[in-house]
Amino acid sequence: MELLITRHVKFQDRRVWLNGIVEHVSEAGSADKLFRSVYRYYDIDYPKFFKMDNLCKLAFLSAEGLLRGTDILQEYPGGEVAIILENASSSLEYDQKHVESIRDQNRYFPSPSVFVYTIPNIMVAEIAIRHKVKGENAVFIFEQFDPGLIYDYVSELFRNQQVSCCLSGWVECYGDHYQSLLFIIEQEDKIKRCKGLQEYVIFDTANMEKLFKGKSL
Amino acid sequence: MIEDLILKLKQEIIDQLQLEGMTPEEMDPEAPLFGEEGLGLDSIDVLELVVLLDKNYGIKIRGPKEGPKIFYSIKTIAEYILNQQKN
Amino acid sequence: MLDVFVGTSNTITSIGFSTAEHVKRIKAGQIGISIYPGGDLWPTPVPLSLIDSQRLLDLFREHLSKGKPDLQLDSFTRSEMLHILSISDVLKNSGVDIRDSRTLIILSTLKGNMDLLKKDRLPAIEPDRVYLWKWGEFLGSFFNSSNKPLVVSNACASGLLATLIGSRLIKAGRYDHVIAAGGDILTEFAVSGFQSFQSLSPKPCKPFDADRDGLSLGEGCGAIVLSRDHSLCGIPEKIVLAGGSCTNDAHHISGPLRTGEMFYVAIRKALREASLDPLDIDYISAHGTGTESYDETEAKALSWAGLEKVPVNSFKGYFGHTLGAAGIIESAIAIASMRNNELFRSAGFENPGTSDRINILTDHISREVNHCLKTASGFGGCNVAAVFKKI
Repeated sequence: MELLITRHVKFQDRRVWLNGIVEHVSEAGSADKLFRSVYRYYDIDYPKFFKMDNLCKLAFLSAEGLLRGTDILQEYPGGEVAIILENASSSLEYDQKHVESIRDQNRYFPSPSVFVYTIPNIMVAEIAIRHKVKGENAVFIFEQFDPGLIYDYVSELFRNQQVSCCLSGWVECYGDHYQSLLFIIEQEDKIKRCKGLQEYVIFDTANMEKLFKGKSL
Repeated sequence: MIEDLILKLKQEIIDQLQLEGMTPEEMDPEAPLFGEEGLGLDSIDVLELVVLLDKNYGIKIRGPKEGPKIFYSIKTIAEYILNQQKN
Repeated sequence: MLDVFVGTSNTITSIGFSTAEHVKRIKAGQIGISIYPGGDLWPTPVPLSLIDSQRLLDLFREHLSKGKPDLQLDSFTRSEMLHILSISDVLKNSGVDIRDSRTLIILSTLKGNMDLLKKDRLPAIEPDRVYLWKWGEFLGSFFNSSNKPLVVSNACASGLLATLIGSRLIKAGRYDHVIAAGGDILTEFAVSGFQSFQSLSPKPCKPFDADRDGLSLGEGCGAIVLSRDHSLCGIPEKIVLAGGSCTNDAHHISGPLRTGEMFYVAIRKALREASLDPLDIDYISAHGTGTESYDETEAKALSWAGLEKVPVNSFKGYFGHTLGAAGIIESAIAIASMRNNELFRSAGFENPGTSDRINILTDHISREVNHCLKTASGFGGCNVAAVFKKI
């Protein structure tokens, strides 16, 4: 049962890559401006996007870039699609925003729409809600992208038949430092669609590392 | 007087609920805020409206119980505020 | 098929600093939720479950003096003290070697060292330990662990999910032993946040009760040993984590999917992996927070799974909702129930309050418990179910 990375998206340094090819470049340097620019570029109509914190916006847009124009998820029951992500700063930006809202005893107004974003797994929820992904889900916190853990854990989920498709990778955003690498993992013998000119990559630690560093595979 | 309050509330709701791209002109003060016909607000939005009333008008309410009647429409919110301010 | 045994555990909440102490106090009906009069955590009175700070400091000071006398108390955060005590306790009572490369610590938390964000406090601690990976690294280095701890942050389902992840990594052959630990301290951060959701009850929480009106926050920390080698587990009984599943509602970022569908699916998949039918389950340790929506949803899911007659309790009526620790602490006490064949009354429950009736325990009873289902769910639509089985 060969596991393959069949599609991947990367957000870094004002650029968005799809399967290794730059598909969008934003003029502005800030995370806010890039995310707005990509939202428009992807031509999405999803008002809730503007209520998200930047970590969730990045996760949402990464998943959008990964899945738009494809029917990949339709090949699998929603309950068998997993989302397994890694991140470094958790929700630190909104943690600080929440702390600010309770700093002054005379202007003490904690906000539920801020507090809800003070846990990192909400980014999983935003992807799940948009794409009806209902299976296994987890967020692991690492200082840097750790492909070894993803390899061990996701392989086991497939081996034990708990999942038949997985969205996985790294989503990190704190201030204007943002970086994501999101990919789809499928079993070679279960892919229903025609491969066409698509380049599939073997799901292993070395290849994930190469994708992350932008090296050729 | 209620018209002024309604206009003020519209902008405050847009800001508090982060309703991107919404303008006060587009908002019908009598239309239901929740459900598919209205702005499609959800449970977190109710709680944000509770914060708005506290922050901007000094009125404290318990959202889930009292919320549905008060937050039915922008007009009912305005009426509630004026009522509270009278007492 | 590899068996993953569960072993000795430690639990720290308002009602004790060990699992044995928790069992004793729960048997005596002691409730650790009390009215916080108002202060740093929240300006007005609110029911909270707080760990005895003096006892914590005394125990930690004693712990340091025995093992690391050069270290100062003030170079540890509250969260770190709790985790060190908890993990040390299970290491002491098991044969697991934390320095072994085949051993992993998995840490579950929502907010780790969130008190570090108040910059005017805790000057002796590097501010970077507000990062969860750094907090985890610090804890790992205290124990000279061979591997950096793995940190999981999945809202209130984190603890049970961490335990499940641990068993999966052992089954994958990646590790032989896992210490699944987790904790969250009570902070103004958390209290104010849950207050903004209006989800805190003005009285001690009443899971599944008709008069329930919210949860009670508690601080807590716990640790459980998992191993493929029963002889290292520290308990004579052979209890395995036989199956588990995690699903997502894909519905709303903070409210549950009220049909209970994906919660039910998690339960069904856990049972299937454990090769058990609903009728085989002797006891359920529920998530049961005391909120209207989550309890209603959980009762629906249990009922849908055919488990409406199985004795069920929530421990949150005793020591509140301990967030990242909940799944660990509650699993530990549920396993103690299996070991002792005794089930405990669901504190705070008086009258059924969910549309689907489930069999809430209203007294402590003796009962043979061979198969136990543990559930958890949380913000972000995450549902987790795990089955513990005596073999």
